[in-house]
Amino acid sequence: MQAIVVMLTVAFIAFMLFQYVGDPVTNLLGQDATPEQREQLRHDLGLDASFPVQFARFVGNAVQGEFGLSLRQGRKVSTLIVERFPATLELSMAAAVIALGLGIPLGVIAALRRGRASSQLLMTLSLLGVSLPTFLIGILLILIFAVNLKWLPSFGRGEVLAFGSWTTGLLSLDGLKHLLLPAVTLSVFQLTLIMRLVRAEMLEVLRTDYIKFARARGLSNRAVYFGHALRNTLVPVITITGLQLGSLIAFAIITETVFQWPGMGLLFIQAVQFADIPVMAAYLCLISFIFVSINLLVDLLYFAVDPRLRVEGKAGGH
Amino acid sequence: MSRNPNPQPQAAAPSAWRRFFDGDLWHSYRSSPMAILASVIALVCVVCAVFAEFVAPHNPFDLSTLELMDSRLPPAWIEGGSGKYLLGTDDQGRDILSALMYGARISLLVGLASVLLSMLIGVGLGLLAGFAGGRVDGFIMRTCDVMLSFPSILVALLIDGVGRALFPHAHETLAFLVLIFAIALTGWVQYARTVRGSTMVERNKEYVQAARVIGVGPLRIMFKHVLPNVLGPVLVLATIQVASAIITEATLSFLGVGVPPTSPSLGTLIRVGNDFLFSGEWWITIWPGAMLVLIALSVNLLGDWLRDALNPRLR
Repeated sequence: MQAIVVMLTVAFIAFMLFQYVGDPVTNLLGQDATPEQREQLRHDLGLDASFPVQFARFVGNAVQGEFGLSLRQGRKVSTLIVERFPATLELSMAAAVIALGLGIPLGVIAALRRGRASSQLLMTLSLLGVSLPTFLIGILLILIFAVNLKWLPSFGRGEVLAFGSWTTGLLSLDGLKHLLLPAVTLSVFQLTLIMRLVRAEMLEVLRTDYIKFARARGLSNRAVYFGHALRNTLVPVITITGLQLGSLIAFAIITETVFQWPGMGLLFIQAVQFADIPVMAAYLCLISFIFVSINLLVDLLYFAVDPRLRVEGKAGGH
Repeated sequence: MSRNPNPQPQAAAPSAWRRFFDGDLWHSYRSSPMAILASVIALVCVVCAVFAEFVAPHNPFDLSTLELMDSRLPPAWIEGGSGKYLLGTDDQGRDILSALMYGARISLLVGLASVLLSMLIGVGLGLLAGFAGGRVDGFIMRTCDVMLSFPSILVALLIDGVGRALFPHAHETLAFLVLIFAIALTGWVQYARTVRGSTMVERNKEYVQAARVIGVGPLRIMFKHVLPNVLGPVLVLATIQVASAIITEATLSFLGVGVPPTSPSLGTLIRVGNDFLFSGEWWITIWPGAMLVLIALSVNLLGDWLRDALNPRLR
């Protein structure tokens, strides 16, 4: 229910943008068009209909992925987005894999070696990771690996293979090389987040009775830590990671600007710079759709993972 | 006099400093080297930014003093650098150290102003939600939930973008206001949630009931009696938010949608310098970046310390 309300609110905001920000007629025809031409275009675009009709039409079009023409490029917004979407998705997924793959083990290490130098170092580094803005990390990586060492390329996607409308850079060495720096840049913030979360949860779990009991039964350290403790820390980690997936796609805006990665974020930032309302509205709707579906999915997943919720749900009569 | 429900103000004023230096907070500050270091760094940055006219060796905006011959000089200790420009110069021959100080002033200004604004909005709405309860509370909290599910940078970008589209040929001050407003509107949620939580606890305490019994109005109770008691966590939050507001501002400016280019903040300096990265002039972009991190890190460390010091459970 709440998801639908949110989507409608977002659609309404996007619609209001269309309605009251700038005049698409002037934008499309220029300053010196005749009044007849204006009237004709106004009718063609459906701008003379009443407010509720226009909103209903807008939502109908939006559901079909139709957002009209980009004011700046004069092409259909839907094609622009379809072109750019694979690049952003690939980047975000790669970043998520890096963040999880490094964040969980580092968090476990930081928890198990609490108080030792290595753990202190990790925690200090993670504070640095939170304080370093994403774009600075990108610039530093470019400076080190692209300008000074000349190991990796610093902009674009490199060689991409196309399958229909889907393009991927994962299958060629060049594409992977291009992916590495942006993906690392994007993952740093999430990595520190996951690491701190895993550490905190792990410390919490290690204090519980069943861990003490597992030790008392004489289980090896490895079995206690990885068989019992880690498994129970992962539930909140899954939730947070799921919720962060959406923000990965949003933060990709910054990374894509630094690395000139041809994804949706770059499209959006150019739209903001030039006040290209249709692109902004479409991006807004798409992003909120992704967010809302992820939230929904995580809720369902939580329900599946944690049996306690199911029991409570039945008792409370939800 | 004996019926005055709030007799503290008369007694507190003269000994406030004394109490502060005898108190736990000062003790905790003195025994935390991290907090001292962080506050010294932050203080130096703030002083340099506020008194940039007097501290900076050059005035980067005074065109008559710029010499194109001096453009793109490296920092003083690198071959080719000049002692006149300690951290080097940019493409227009401006002294980077001075540009940093002026840039930090704009970054700090935008950061502080937006935190102040979001604090006002958040504390106000939080008090209202916690105090009124019911539908008002439900509405404000649902709005918070929705805002929280979107990353702040996205919301700020959007508000900024709309502001830009609404006022395409905006005056410079207006651009500043839109930016501050955009950052503030992303930050208020945290305050609202915190304040609402503590207000709901305070609301049922005896002193509030006593005030109500003797006929104090709800607005007066809210601001005079409840507000001072919920401000502790707000202070911690505000400190940390200053850092994140400064970073948000820098990010927006870096993306080219932040402060107007005529008054460059640290983010703008980084963006401009980014173009020279490939020709090997790293100092144009790295110094503003380092300054930004230094400010953000020291403020974050201070916030961390303040949180621990004010939270009795962690002692």
